[in-house]
Amino acid sequence: MLGPITILLACQLAGELTVRMLALPVPGPVLGMLLLFTGLLVRGGVPRPVADVTGGLLRNLSLLFVPAGVGVMAHLGRLSDEALPIAAAVVGSTVLTIAVTAWVMAALLKRGRKGPEA
Amino acid sequence: MNGRLLDVWVYLSASPLAGLTLTLLAYQAGLWAFERCGRTPLVNPVLVAVVLIIAVLKSLDVDYKTYFDGAQFVHFLLGPATVALAVPLYNQFQQVRRSAGAMLAALVAGSLTAAGSAVALGWLFGASERTLLSLAPKSVTSPIAMGIAEQIGGLPSLTAVFVMLTGIVGATLGGSVLTLIRVTDWRARGFGMGVAAHGIGTARALQVNETAGAFSGLAMGLNGLATAVLLPVLVRLFTQTG
Repeated sequence: MLGPITILLACQLAGELTVRMLALPVPGPVLGMLLLFTGLLVRGGVPRPVADVTGGLLRNLSLLFVPAGVGVMAHLGRLSDEALPIAAAVVGSTVLTIAVTAWVMAALLKRGRKGPEA
Repeated sequence: MNGRLLDVWVYLSASPLAGLTLTLLAYQAGLWAFERCGRTPLVNPVLVAVVLIIAVLKSLDVDYKTYFDGAQFVHFLLGPATVALAVPLYNQFQQVRRSAGAMLAALVAGSLTAAGSAVALGWLFGASERTLLSLAPKSVTSPIAMGIAEQIGGLPSLTAVFVMLTGIVGATLGGSVLTLIRVTDWRARGFGMGVAAHGIGTARALQVNETAGAFSGLAMGLNGLATAVLLPVLVRLFTQTG
């Protein structure tokens, strides 16, 4: 368990340092994800302990958003003053974005399957 | 308050233990409610936990900062968890590689829809300019979104709230929307969730299907990048002409 945690933290740290040194517009952990991904490609497989620890972490991923979510309480004033536009923008735009993105992707995947490669 | 109670209170508000325990308890209550209601996405464990915690904090008159001093230990794990998304991505790499073209087109379409429709709808219903600029990066994972908000003149902490609400809406309604428009491909479903609803959408996608989870995690990273590049340019264009 100690090994995989160290690997995750080291990848994140390397990501954070690189982002800061090169002033990249990506968060450190996303770069860390690419690092670990590259490592797995090079190694050619996911070691069992790494699979166990990452699986445990990702199964509880929702929990990790709770502390930031409680931050809503600091903005209750503005949220109630502009409740209608905010609700319309957040709900409408999120639903529309999911639909547009998934629809474009599904349509192109389908077309790709019918193409000469298939 | 008598002396001993006051001592207890001082201890609790200075130690991270109370905030942490409250977070775990509230989240497990959320999970319990989620299971209890037949795992319907309408009962989102994050939303239940957030509402419960705010109710407790308000009734005890504790501010967010004091709570976060404890809860930050849970918050910190978001970083390593993001790194951990490399594992589902690796497991699904063959599929990811084969759909790279479709992914890129969907990414551009989704990224523009997310920012454009949020600003358009907010403006239509009379949101203030500050709110509009804070809404624009709402589909992006919060560290990137807050950076973008700062750059374009929004309020980073307000953006963090919109990001959170967006994630909860996406996780709650996403599945039904996708079923309604008859998208059945797990790759497309996951990718849509990730572009629109970042990490919270990804958490939901992982609950449903590993392929969807991998595509969602990748979509979250890609949309962060795409929005960080596109949005400041678009805002400059609009504010110059408008």
